[in-house]
Amino acid sequence: MLAKKVITGNYASSYGAKLARVQVIAAYPITPQTSVVEKIADFVADGEMETQYVKVESEHSAMAACITASQTGARTFTATSAHGLTLMHEMLIWASGARTPVVMTNVNRAMAPPWSVWADHLDSVAQRDTGWIQYYCESVQEVLDTIITAYKVSEDREVLLPALLTLDAFYLSHTYETVDMPDQDKVDEFLPPFDPPYKLDVDDPHLFGSLSFPHQFYMEWRYQIKEAMGRARDKILQVDKEYEKIFGRSHGGLLDLYRCDDAEVVLVAAGTMASTIREVVDQYRNQGYKIGLARLRVFRPFPAQEMRELAKKVDVIGVLDRSYSFGYGGAFFAETGGSLYNIPEKPVLKNYVVGIGGRDVTPKTVEGIFNNAISLQEKGLDKEIEWIELKEGGK
Amino acid sequence: MFSPYYLGREHGKVYLASIILLERENYLEALDIPLLKGGLAPMIEIRFHGRGGQGAVTAANILAMAAFREDKDVQAFPYFGVERRGAPVTAFTKIDDKPVRIKSQIYEPDYVVVLDSSLLKAVDVDMGLKPGGVVLINIDKKPEEIKDVAGKIATVDATKIAVKHGLGSKEAPIVNTAILGAFAGATGIVKIESIVDSILESAPAKRKENAEAAKEAYESVQVGGE
Amino acid sequence: MFEGYKDLPEVPMTWDTTEVNKTGGWRTVKPVLDPEKCNKCYICWKFCPEVAIIVDDEQKEVPVIDYVHCKGCAICAEECPKKAIIMVSESIED
Repeated sequence: MLAKKVITGNYASSYGAKLARVQVIAAYPITPQTSVVEKIADFVADGEMETQYVKVESEHSAMAACITASQTGARTFTATSAHGLTLMHEMLIWASGARTPVVMTNVNRAMAPPWSVWADHLDSVAQRDTGWIQYYCESVQEVLDTIITAYKVSEDREVLLPALLTLDAFYLSHTYETVDMPDQDKVDEFLPPFDPPYKLDVDDPHLFGSLSFPHQFYMEWRYQIKEAMGRARDKILQVDKEYEKIFGRSHGGLLDLYRCDDAEVVLVAAGTMASTIREVVDQYRNQGYKIGLARLRVFRPFPAQEMRELAKKVDVIGVLDRSYSFGYGGAFFAETGGSLYNIPEKPVLKNYVVGIGGRDVTPKTVEGIFNNAISLQEKGLDKEIEWIELKEGGK
Repeated sequence: MFSPYYLGREHGKVYLASIILLERENYLEALDIPLLKGGLAPMIEIRFHGRGGQGAVTAANILAMAAFREDKDVQAFPYFGVERRGAPVTAFTKIDDKPVRIKSQIYEPDYVVVLDSSLLKAVDVDMGLKPGGVVLINIDKKPEEIKDVAGKIATVDATKIAVKHGLGSKEAPIVNTAILGAFAGATGIVKIESIVDSILESAPAKRKENAEAAKEAYESVQVGGE
Repeated sequence: MFEGYKDLPEVPMTWDTTEVNKTGGWRTVKPVLDPEKCNKCYICWKFCPEVAIIVDDEQKEVPVIDYVHCKGCAICAEECPKKAIIMVSESIED
């Protein structure tokens, strides 16, 4: 029985947590995430959700609470954004190190100074080394579905890694769209209760996370995380297919390809701008241009294999970054380039930096980028990194 | 360095920087989209202007829900600065027959709804309005009396209607449900029944009063000529 | 018990509890309790940061110090209201 509703991206997170039967939530409010936990508080107060809601004094504490709750065997969830996410940086590394499958919604918001509440990817991109799986969502439906599949992937014994799910501030967090609400019974069948292999248990005590000398197993435990990320790759694809079979929807696995089969020029992008790009791809296709979109749905683990497959077929790849790693270039660009280094025939690769600080990525913006990318087919690379719609001013 | 009054000098009006949703050059360029002209998906775009606390964002959402009831695909989202009562707020609703994939702001609205007439002095509410577009204003005046606003004008005294039904106070009336009823009447894009049903489903309080306000505004909205 | 990444548990952990860590070897002074002076208030047990003082289940006996784990911090001696605990240098007790 499909129930259709019109909800925001934030509420989709709340409904996702509810359908996933999350047991413990510890969260701290921050614009533009606050409505996620407010809605969950409503569910708990109305008796629609059996969740222990822990009030904490900061995001750092929120993550610490989630980690320890997860270590007792509870399914945990939290939500944050920008400064909240970066405040819990230390704990993010702890969560993956301790192999706790916490799932967190992060609303991508620009980092201050200057002060901004609008969409920017630096906050989550800057966490790429923390050992968290990272999903970048483009629609409200995807947010809802991904929370459920994220738990299935993360809690698998072969993976046991925390997952971050991102939404663009306002363009997705506060955007109302129609969703098909999955049936609770079907979700229960799809997502069994959380059962960790080792947990904090007074009747079966062990010692978690204590000292490890250089000659002992620190390096090996880190290696296990590397292996787990590798298995997460396959698990995400597998769970995606399973979800499609039961609920009728897939969000494209790791690298969501749109009209790339015979494409000559492809743009790589993540988040809501990818949704806008789809529209422009259709218009250009109508005019006869062979272009496509490769949406980076999962940034960690990076879909290197899929990127290499794509690169073999196309002439130009334009990578859009909604963040910048100062001193090098956009992170998506850098990693795409890195994954393609060892293949014999490489396409022209260019970095387009867009939408920083929430600057709107309109169809016009995308059109300008496509025009430039298409011109690179003939002329070759003009400039490796270009900031789009930047205001110059001055003389 | 971005000056808060930059746009004020351009237009000869004073702008409140935090709500300016697009630079003038941006929207002028947006009007000239050679490859996309005539190719972009036909979509109805409505832009709401209000002040924080008046319910502009909720109005955009309820309109989306009403269109959804009529089997349309919808998208609605707000654009505001850091929340504060009284600060100008913009909200968007997009309605189409297929999924709305473009997730950016509205630069060429088909319709504009102004919840607070004091905004007419502060904001270019008709910025980017498509030829033939309608601007619906909550004001105690006839459409002919509105000068300096482009497009077809529609007016309704939503404040009076809201206060009459006990929605907010004279100083802080909750006009969003009334103005939605007027919108249905002035444009015919959605049926008044869809608006009323959406209000009854989502209003946190005074559901009947909100629905009545919408119905009364539906009857009393006045639409002017070009 | 474990040799490498292939057989390590997935979670960084020690199989045993903290008990296997014989922290008694860290002390330079050790507490000695005089049962004549002890009034069984168990304040020493409450304060011990190492849980190295053992009290029987019925709470009838004089507390016993766990020398396998006692680190010799002297908090018990400091807190005892009857001054029933004195700190004795380890080197003498050889």
